[in-house]
Amino acid sequence: MTALAALEGMDRLTSGEALVAQNVAFAIMAITMVVAALRMVTTRNVVHAALYLVVVLAGVAGQFLLLGAEFVGVTQVMVYIGAIVVLFLFGIMLTKGSFGEDDGVSSEKRLMAGLVGLLVFGVMAAALVDSFEDAEVAREAPSTTAEVSDSIFSTYIVPFEAVSVLLLAALIGAIVVARKD
Amino acid sequence: MSDFLRSWLVLVVFGGLAVLLVSAFLGLGSLLRPSRDTPQKSINYESGVDPQGDMWAQSNIRYYVFALMFVLFDVEAVFIFPWATRLEVYDVFGLVEMAIFIFILALGLFYAWRKRLLRWV
Repeated sequence: MTALAALEGMDRLTSGEALVAQNVAFAIMAITMVVAALRMVTTRNVVHAALYLVVVLAGVAGQFLLLGAEFVGVTQVMVYIGAIVVLFLFGIMLTKGSFGEDDGVSSEKRLMAGLVGLLVFGVMAAALVDSFEDAEVAREAPSTTAEVSDSIFSTYIVPFEAVSVLLLAALIGAIVVARKD
Repeated sequence: MSDFLRSWLVLVVFGGLAVLLVSAFLGLGSLLRPSRDTPQKSINYESGVDPQGDMWAQSNIRYYVFALMFVLFDVEAVFIFPWATRLEVYDVFGLVEMAIFIFILALGLFYAWRKRLLRWV
């Protein structure tokens, strides 16, 4: 069976079964993300940690797509995987001695890291539950990139041009900081 | 399943097929070829000469400026992407707006060039 024929078969699925397909996709991505996240914090090699981060971020992009947020998903891939992780890898490669196998952290640091992790989790979970509670995600109305584009180029046209000035300031600031003299 | 997700499912199916095809051919190759490992074969390849030192080498700090500039222009690309999907609808208006946007960011590139950061020495 070809891919297209498989897609045609999707038409015949009832909405309940289609939801199952989405839940299965969610579960696969979520499990992959959790495993990659655990490997990221447990691996001794800092470069491997950065590469596991790519898997986690790709999973986040997939979840965004599953929720119908196309532009956010694509931005996640372009900015986070494309730029942020590359910057991480640059940072690792530029700092001598910290790449390769690591001796691991002391138990004191481990405790503090655990506490900070728990705190962040608690605050984020509380904020999410507080603001959304049992609100349903609009499954049938995905926000396409065209819609996002229309709002950028109508309502938010002035902020859009202001963003370019902000980026210019960031670029010149980075150049000034990075220069030796 | 909505039309939106179905259109992305096509991407997933094609991506899965690509991975499957590559792993199938590589797996077939490893099944067919003889495997005679020698220590000589497993050393890193570096332009045909014996590699020196560790494979984790520190890179030059000069690259850092390029990494920073890449991040900035990557964010610029994020804004160009939605514009490109609606290019025909906006017509001249969109073209002018994007030209202003790119021009302001190009000033940053011009600044970097004038400050001789792009020179390779």
